[in-house]
Amino acid sequence: MDLDNFVTNFSDQFEDTDVLEFSPTTEFKNLDEWSSLLALSIIAMVDEEYGVTLKGDDIKEANTIEELYNIVSTKK
Amino acid sequence: MYNPFSLENKKILVTGASSGIGKAIAIESSKLGASVIITGRSEERLKDTLELMSGNPSYIVADLSVKEDLIRLTKDTEALDGLVNCAGLTKVLPFQFAARDNYEEVMDVNFFAPVELTRLLVKSKKLVKGASVVFISSVSGVFCSAVAASIYSASKGAVNGVVKGMALDLAAKNIRVNCVNPGMIDTNIFSEGKITEEQLSEDMKRYPLKRYGKPEEVAYAVVYLLSEASSWVTGTNLLIDGGYTLL
Repeated sequence: MDLDNFVTNFSDQFEDTDVLEFSPTTEFKNLDEWSSLLALSIIAMVDEEYGVTLKGDDIKEANTIEELYNIVSTKK
Repeated sequence: MYNPFSLENKKILVTGASSGIGKAIAIESSKLGASVIITGRSEERLKDTLELMSGNPSYIVADLSVKEDLIRLTKDTEALDGLVNCAGLTKVLPFQFAARDNYEEVMDVNFFAPVELTRLLVKSKKLVKGASVVFISSVSGVFCSAVAASIYSASKGAVNGVVKGMALDLAAKNIRVNCVNPGMIDTNIFSEGKITEEQLSEDMKRYPLKRYGKPEEVAYAVVYLLSEASSWVTGTNLLIDGGYTLL
């Protein structure tokens, strides 16, 4: 698992947010486009790409993309 | 006592009776006088339901997605005045992630199993003249949908469609077939945790009656459809949603 790749997979779920907005330190829940559907898309992406089943609370706990990456890493 | 909603002297089979809506239907129907047979996958959980029921209920352990179990259940069931198809599940996936196998998993339980069970019971004449069949559909897939609910909606929409076809074909046998369409009911359907408690309590506020439904509140509607009170009702959708679809 690598962080840059995770950021790319993460940003792929968004439609309107500029790709340059995404970095490991991005506080993703503050993005205008963030929504409950996106949260579910991130959960589905993590399941598909990394074989890890996240819960909604994992998304809630993570503030930055890197923090979420770390949660996924520990579950892998 | 005068009570057109009574289920006295009725034999009723309830699937998915080990939890949620099915469990409540089993309990309420038994309290209203029905002789209830419950079915589900876990003997232990069926026994838990049985303890809360009145009369002389019985159980048959069966996994409705297994063909042999369906055949055995049909064979072991006595003549029925009512059948309630409750077993169901959901899979929360945004549309672009919902692949064919995800649909198949949900369609097997929510659509194929109850349809096949009903067909086998009709074919073996286990549903008597005047019998009532009730399917638990949903608001989702019939009146509206929800975020990441395309799979679930598809399965409940399919149930809605088949009920209308069945109602027409089985009218000749004087067997009635109806759906109830609940909004969100307080059960453990989202126990996998993709949806947080916080999101659920936020969602609850979108209901004009400001709360989710209780399993018993669906059960009472099912009781009506099983009873003689609804003897001229077939092929219908009974909406139980706290006003959700008004908005």
